[in-house]
Amino acid sequence: MSSGGDPGAHALTAPILPGAQSYGSISEKISGIVLTARTARWWVVAFAVCSVLTLVFFGAIGYLFYTGVGIWGLNVPVVWAFDITNYVWWIAIAMSGTFISAVLHLTRQPWGASISRFAEAMTVFALAIAGIFPIIHLGRPWFFYWLTPYPNVMALWPQWRSPLVWDFFAILAYLLLSLMFWYLGLIPDFATLRDRARGRGVQIIYGLLALGWRGEARHWQRRQSAQLLLAGLAVPLVVSVHSVVGLDFATGNTPGWHSTIFPPFFVAGAMFSGFAMAMTIVILLRRAFDLGDFITERHLDNLAKLILAMGLVLAYSYVMELFMAWYSADRYEIYTALNRMRGPYAPVYWSLIFCVVVVPQLLWSRRVRHAPWVLFGISLVINVGMWLERFMLIVTSEHRDFLPSAWGMFYPTIWDWAILIGSIGFFGWLLLLFVRFVPVISMCEMRELLTHERGAS
Amino acid sequence: MTSVTSGAAAHGLLAEFPSPAALLDAARAAHGAGYRRLEAYSPMLIEGLVEALGPADRRLPRLALIGGIIGGVGTYALQWFSVSVDYPLNIGGRTPAWPGLIPGTFEMTVLGAVLAIFFGVLLRSRLPRLYHPVFNDAGFAAASSDGFFLCIEATDPLYDLPQTRDFLERLQPVRVSQVDA
Repeated sequence: MSSGGDPGAHALTAPILPGAQSYGSISEKISGIVLTARTARWWVVAFAVCSVLTLVFFGAIGYLFYTGVGIWGLNVPVVWAFDITNYVWWIAIAMSGTFISAVLHLTRQPWGASISRFAEAMTVFALAIAGIFPIIHLGRPWFFYWLTPYPNVMALWPQWRSPLVWDFFAILAYLLLSLMFWYLGLIPDFATLRDRARGRGVQIIYGLLALGWRGEARHWQRRQSAQLLLAGLAVPLVVSVHSVVGLDFATGNTPGWHSTIFPPFFVAGAMFSGFAMAMTIVILLRRAFDLGDFITERHLDNLAKLILAMGLVLAYSYVMELFMAWYSADRYEIYTALNRMRGPYAPVYWSLIFCVVVVPQLLWSRRVRHAPWVLFGISLVINVGMWLERFMLIVTSEHRDFLPSAWGMFYPTIWDWAILIGSIGFFGWLLLLFVRFVPVISMCEMRELLTHERGAS
Repeated sequence: MTSVTSGAAAHGLLAEFPSPAALLDAARAAHGAGYRRLEAYSPMLIEGLVEALGPADRRLPRLALIGGIIGGVGTYALQWFSVSVDYPLNIGGRTPAWPGLIPGTFEMTVLGAVLAIFFGVLLRSRLPRLYHPVFNDAGFAAASSDGFFLCIEATDPLYDLPQTRDFLERLQPVRVSQVDA
């Protein structure tokens, strides 16, 4: 501030794209990542590792289908453990991607253009993985389609008032919206790849994906109109989806779950972990493809502020949970709250408080927000913390039932770990394919941003 | 200059411009000169370009509304039919209360609107359409990167090869060429 200007005000008016970029250089730089014949060594190594983990994931699921949920460590009273923890964790990561890009789109934040593409990809992949868990946690997973209302001879209808059925509709709507939002954004960029590709096969593949896009003015206008409408629908949908996940718990009369704070608390937690995952990936991408021109320190700074804000909402929710347990005067609620802090799972509780409440406070510091590798570390810690949070919420409420004679403990087996780690590997596998074959930054939005910043001349 | 073939086989005349602003000016000039079978091609959205060419398409919000109504009313009706007619549930003398049917209804309202928007964009834009005459132009690939094009189609009542070409040349394009149909 020795220069006398307010750095915040400067950040709002400063151009996002550096001076050297032009329409041609944007196309060249971003499509070059996809169209180059050379595959980076780090990509090959990472892809090999993720492929192995993907095989572990599907192998473990295959064995689960063959044997049954007994291969996991869960049993009465802990009937939901890693499966539902993983589900909530993944769906939370999926929440923020479309939300980030929809909100930034609606509020016309120009800095959003360069991070929305991969944020949407993150949503689609995380949601696809999240959707696997409710299916595999069923005792008879091959009957999962009984959740859909369809004409059948069993006089069978879904239980419409169950949050688990709402969940099915919510995930379905959100997955399709995210896919269509993502694809609509991608069509013009596929056209750029089609026109710049050298090989015949590559041209045909991207040509089919581009659907014959030729950049007609009316098509652009319709596409913009559609994107605004989809963004406007995505925001309430995102909130509803994670609220329904919260209701999966809140409608049960289990102490520690039976609380009206759950839907907003889950939405805040979802935003928080999703922003953290977006930060993790954005820093890796920026580094791997040298995208500092498009994803600047300002992007990281803004994301860090969002994470901090959501972290504070979450910290408030933890305090309110304890307050409500005390205020309810219900002995089981009070016991569950104390058991979380002092019981056998206390290390999980205190670890998550450290990861989710304490560590993010570093983001108050401007120096931390401008140090990508520190941010990377913080975002990883938050991701771990949010997984622990779901595990704590789910398992501690179940393991001490109302009667002490029904108490029990949950210890994960190797299959629990295989599916958790395998799912992370599968996510990485999908992301690696994405960064290799799809433009990671929206080229057409970058061109709009350039026009906006340079004037139309 | 490319060779001039017979006007009947031509799709139209394609002019390339160096910048979004030049294309916007050219589109306004062509529309002002009375041309109506006009199309502009650009690598990104250009504010005001559609309005320069003629009326913009404002139908999508209505399609979204229709899709949303179908999704929402349909889902609510299905749930109502399920619990009141096909398999009546009597819980303490009551059928299941309507608030419990709202979350599913909400999700499917959104999904109905989303499907209407997505397929509405594609169908109203006549996509997918893998072949289009403008792709015949050798330099048209720039339209997805850094080229800005205006095409006056041969079906325009005012279209006349020499005159239209003259008109386009006066707009200071990078080049003008005839596109085969």
